[in-house]
Amino acid sequence: MFYREAGIYKTSYAADQALFRIPLDRIFVISVVLFAALVIPVIGNEYWLGSILIPTLIMAIATIGLNILLGYCGQLSLGTGAFMAAGAFLGYKIATAFPWMPIWAVVILGGLSAALIGVAFGLPSLRIKGFYLAVTTLAAQFFLLWLFQKVPWFVNYSIAGVPTAPPREMFGYLVTGAEATVEARYLFILAFTVVLALIAANLVRGRIGRTWMAIRDMDIAAELIGIKPLPTKLSAFAVSSFYCGVAGVLWSFCYINTVEATAFDIFRSFSVLFMVIIGGLGSILGCFLGAFFIFLLPIFLNSAPGWVGLEVPTELISHLEFMVFGALIVFFLIVEPHGLARLWAITKEKLRLWPFPY
Amino acid sequence: MLEFWFFIEVVLNGMFAGTMYSLIALGFVLIFKASGVFNFAQGFMVLFAALCFVGFLEMGVPLILALVIAAAIMVAWAFAVERFVLRHLVNQEPIILFMATIGIAFFLEGFGELLWGADVHPLDIGIPDGAWFVGPDGVMMVQQFDVAAAVIAGGLVAVLALFFTYTRIGRALRAVADDHQAALSVGIPLNQIWIIVWAVAGLVALVAGIIWGSRLGVQFSLSILALKALPVLILGGFTSVPGAIVGGLIIGVGEKVAEIYLGPYIGGGIEEWFAYVVAMLFLLYRPQGLFGDKIIERV
Repeated sequence: MFYREAGIYKTSYAADQALFRIPLDRIFVISVVLFAALVIPVIGNEYWLGSILIPTLIMAIATIGLNILLGYCGQLSLGTGAFMAAGAFLGYKIATAFPWMPIWAVVILGGLSAALIGVAFGLPSLRIKGFYLAVTTLAAQFFLLWLFQKVPWFVNYSIAGVPTAPPREMFGYLVTGAEATVEARYLFILAFTVVLALIAANLVRGRIGRTWMAIRDMDIAAELIGIKPLPTKLSAFAVSSFYCGVAGVLWSFCYINTVEATAFDIFRSFSVLFMVIIGGLGSILGCFLGAFFIFLLPIFLNSAPGWVGLEVPTELISHLEFMVFGALIVFFLIVEPHGLARLWAITKEKLRLWPFPY
Repeated sequence: MLEFWFFIEVVLNGMFAGTMYSLIALGFVLIFKASGVFNFAQGFMVLFAALCFVGFLEMGVPLILALVIAAAIMVAWAFAVERFVLRHLVNQEPIILFMATIGIAFFLEGFGELLWGADVHPLDIGIPDGAWFVGPDGVMMVQQFDVAAAVIAGGLVAVLALFFTYTRIGRALRAVADDHQAALSVGIPLNQIWIIVWAVAGLVALVAGIIWGSRLGVQFSLSILALKALPVLILGGFTSVPGAIVGGLIIGVGEKVAEIYLGPYIGGGIEEWFAYVVAMLFLLYRPQGLFGDKIIERV
């Protein structure tokens, strides 16, 4: 009743091809972004902004990256963590080699260098497919992390091997490093998230996104209708690694405030994969839902016994947390293999008719 | 001459390490062949089986009985996985099933540590721990433990090969591996086959867990070791039992030789990624692995 397409007339091609064709959708998305940008920094406290929203938004960027590769182009990668690390370390090199460079340019250049590395490790995808490809991306994961840990050049020969993120300003406010206020860091990350999500949403519905999807659905058939696998697959790897690289720079510059390889280990790759699949393969909205779900679930499981007044020893909780987490993932896959984004779509279908049955 | 013997020792050590990798890879292959599921939980099954075994041993249960109980638990686990997970995910895409096994892995990790605690459990089941010295003046050292482990692994592979070739169930398993639908249409119950395969994989995990556990102690890192089995898998081919063995040997030897002869030049620790890079380069020439089924693609 409230959400419907009937009565919305599109009188131009531009209106028909708009990103949000239904005014309600547009209003909803804009108001969510405005709420996140204007209201949350005011009402949020140090813990919510710094420990929950900032990492979740950064992970959402990485999730969009993997979703482009896996959900849209069908190439399974377990090397997400390594591409994030590439962004973080090369971003750090760029930031310290060119101290005058504005921080947004550093983030983008970090992402671009991760994209280059991603293309290099994407080359085998032209011959190797499916799970074989997944295991070869593990080569990227282990090799790159080893490289960043072994070669002191990447950390400017810092003695401890774990340099702190350089403090940088934007519009006169400190946005990176430990001294930056949590609000400034949050807004800086939010800006990147919104812009990158918009770009991704437009990429995947344009020509390039359609070629990705053709390759995903069946690469041989796609080749027969004239889609070149080489540029298509490599562009997916490039764009995906760019997003992961940007997420990596932000993760080490604005969240953990140090540049270290251990933050991007294989379990980081797996958690991003979780977010993509739980959120929904091939959905930008799903990336955000998945990132929030996977990031908040352990926190919720951790504190839920406390809310209902149960006294459980912490060790037991951490074991139970793993069990419940695993069981919930299996449960979700059984109930809705297409992820949270699909649940959202079903909800919209229902809303269209509500409160009438037909 | 001394260098030559040293080289032989390195190669032998690599081969022993390789048989251990093969043991874990074998579990992956069994499940992948019969159900097309890439079972990420295999490493955690190794850990869980070893934890159960060592847990009962520490409670004072005799060795044989503990082995039987642990084996029974792994079979029960196979039933549970089929009943609660696989049955509901029939006909889903491989990536969804892969994801589900990651969920199972998390569950199993929490469950194992909930039951038996997260400490390192030493495990000693009486595998000899000395060393033999061979060659002129005994320049080459061979760990008896490694030989015993290799013999056990070899025996297990032989038993599995006989089982697959000569028993009724083995034939059914191979039929399912060949073609799910054709197997169903001649009356092979798919659900039972899955249970059997997961149970066999569980038993293989138990053996792998005991051998790895008596060398490193039963601890969380056992499950990480399973990641080492992945390059072995892709080198040998996901669908081939002999592939898992040969792949394991190649990776084991390659890794050790590279670490000793190449490591000093480019900084140590290359064992971590060397296997993956070898596997990746190899796949560029043969995308289906050494013994994998030829990939035929049709539109």
